[in-house]
Amino acid sequence: MDLHIVWFVLWGVLWAVYFMLDGFVLGAGMLHRVLGRNDSDRRVIINSFGPVWDGNEVWLITAGGATFAAFPTTYALMFSYLYTPLLLLLFGLIVRGVSFEFRSKEDGAAWRGGWDWAIVLSSFIPALLFGVAFGNIFSGLPMDQAGYHGSLLALLNPYGIVSGLLFVMLFAVHGALYVAVKTTGDLSRRAESLAKTLWVPLLLVAVLFLGYTNFATKLYDNYLKAPVFLVVPLVAVGALVGVRMLLGAGNALTAFAASCVTILGVVGTGVIGLFPNLIPSSLDALYSLTIYNSSSSDYTLKIMTTVAFIFVPIVILYKIWVYRLFRDRVTAEAVAADHEAY
Amino acid sequence: MDVLTLSRLQFAVTSMFHFIFVPLTLGLSVFVAMVETRYVLTGNEMYKRMAKFWGKLFLINFALGVVTGITLEFQFGMNWAEYSRYVGDIFGAPLAIEATVAFFMESVFIGVWAFGWNKVGRRFHAFSIWMVAIATNLSGLWILLANGWMQHPVGYVLRNGRAEMVDFLALITNPFGLLKFGHQIVSGYTVAAFFVMGISAYHLLKARNREFFKASFTMAAGFALFATIMVAVIGDFHAADVAKTQPAKFAAMEAVWNTCNNAPMHLIAFPDAKNECNLVSALPVPGLLSFLAFHDSNAEIRGITSFPKDERPPVLPVFLSFRLMVGLGTFFIVVAAAAFFLAKNGLLEKYPLFLKLLVLTIPLPYIANQLGWIVSELGRQPWIVYGLMKTSDAVSKSLEMSQVVGSLAGFTLLYGLLGFVDIYLLTKFARKGPEETHVGATGAFGN
Repeated sequence: MDLHIVWFVLWGVLWAVYFMLDGFVLGAGMLHRVLGRNDSDRRVIINSFGPVWDGNEVWLITAGGATFAAFPTTYALMFSYLYTPLLLLLFGLIVRGVSFEFRSKEDGAAWRGGWDWAIVLSSFIPALLFGVAFGNIFSGLPMDQAGYHGSLLALLNPYGIVSGLLFVMLFAVHGALYVAVKTTGDLSRRAESLAKTLWVPLLLVAVLFLGYTNFATKLYDNYLKAPVFLVVPLVAVGALVGVRMLLGAGNALTAFAASCVTILGVVGTGVIGLFPNLIPSSLDALYSLTIYNSSSSDYTLKIMTTVAFIFVPIVILYKIWVYRLFRDRVTAEAVAADHEAY
Repeated sequence: MDVLTLSRLQFAVTSMFHFIFVPLTLGLSVFVAMVETRYVLTGNEMYKRMAKFWGKLFLINFALGVVTGITLEFQFGMNWAEYSRYVGDIFGAPLAIEATVAFFMESVFIGVWAFGWNKVGRRFHAFSIWMVAIATNLSGLWILLANGWMQHPVGYVLRNGRAEMVDFLALITNPFGLLKFGHQIVSGYTVAAFFVMGISAYHLLKARNREFFKASFTMAAGFALFATIMVAVIGDFHAADVAKTQPAKFAAMEAVWNTCNNAPMHLIAFPDAKNECNLVSALPVPGLLSFLAFHDSNAEIRGITSFPKDERPPVLPVFLSFRLMVGLGTFFIVVAAAAFFLAKNGLLEKYPLFLKLLVLTIPLPYIANQLGWIVSELGRQPWIVYGLMKTSDAVSKSLEMSQVVGSLAGFTLLYGLLGFVDIYLLTKFARKGPEETHVGATGAFGN
């Protein structure tokens, strides 16, 4: 077995699962003020993901750690080249985490209102920047033997922005669906109807993204070479259509599941298209970072594979368990009565 | 100022800020777990209230520790790309393992603990906080094995223009990393024990919730006595290992300029870096330094002047940090012993001055932790990996001045603000004390 390929797959899976899980927290955070019309609603929204958001973010840390351990050169160049967007992303994630913790620890309207805005911004900015970053990775970074020739403004090219908007819309619909299935009453109904409304622009951005990808990237080359992989984008598109149909049938829970599949499918589509690159060079394919020229030694990959194959299944088991433990819908009464709640 | 200096400054700011929260997390998780275990064993509701009260402070502190930790992982790539590329093959592994093995466990069970009071049984709830405590300490192990490798690189060969791992077992049994881990976790327990004693003392001085805070104090005093003694014991082994593996750092720690046998320990000293000697050195204890370093009073201690000028760490800050840390550590043992004696004999409230001292002592173990890291990291300079890679070769090549100026300013502002709010909230909830109303099904804290 070629461990480079194993780690490429694992790398893609870690990012995909991270976006699937943190996507609904980012999405719910973006819509926090729109969906939550009063303080009670807003507390319900935060508490709906209260027990799990931290665990979701660990997938990002693990994706970063896995990149470092398995593809150190990619890790080094990706993080230093994308310095400023990653910095803003970090600030977002930092502010978001403390906002959840701090918001309800004081009563004042200004205090809570301030943190509410912090939650909205610190959810929107990372969502957008993740999209911009991945869009630019899909289309390639301007790098050659002399190093990096890009800038923050260059990253905000039209394709990068379309990718950013795609992520924002994917997460917004995902988050609205999560709130719909995790809360009750009016809040839940509002979230469900907002998901329906937001689905339309999401579809438009998705179509634009798929079309634009053909011109801005070489992602589709792999699909021409091995059409069997077309099943992944097809599933993504099918699941996206399924979200709306299931919502129409009044089944928000399966619509949320379809939204999970959509996100996994979108990330999968991009990652398959990248293979065997991790970051293509937009200047000269010779300087692309691939799973071969930027990877760790065979020995390190072997050690890391052993660790991953033992611990990742255990992690998945207790993650499923914790989601089942907190599967009940969160109500305003329960949050008000529970003094440990956010 | 250049990109290198600013990047170093940024790493110092972000890691020291992160490390305000980590030691308390290490220790308070264990303390809350012990308290809650007592609740399960005795069924005494007071211990449940204790778990909730100290647990609330734990969570406020924990939130900032978690989010500021991501910065450190990202920063290796962002600012230290050459380092990451050169040593990622061996250094990346412990970081990835830390996330996979420890962070998932920690984050999942902290959710169960904070939100699960009514969802899981008593025993399982106590089990959850033990899982958090174990995971937190386990993450410390992996990150210190990573740092231990930077201090004393083992298990690698230089191949393909980089350091490649050839012996994973050597990496995870690196004595430097293991000793540092031991020294660090008990230092974290010290922070937590003094935190609990200090806040308890504050309430005892106000004669509020006396039974509650006496019980908290007494448990913390036992914890403190154990931890402070272990800090010194493991610290002694750790220093001896440093003398062996990093003689330049050891020489700086003790301000030894010239190589000598049967080296004395000067109880009072002050280095003069310019003239490469000590301005003051008084009260020598013959042979003590050689004995401490090699457990042999005749052993040779290498002096700073025996190292090339470009391989010497800055002596003054390393020396002062080390001295101050050791002084504080000694002070903690004395205070912990007194606290334990008074608490066990029910004499606490007879000595309000001692209680006041404990309130004022809360920040000192934090400072001692920071000083220890200054000794460790500054003492390793000019190396980023001791003897293998210089810090000046490690910084990212693609960085521009404006980027690092912006990020350093951003971190300083953001962290300053969040640190201020965090301390405000910690103080608020620490002062408030446990709710008087008896615990119902849902707990006892208002917010």
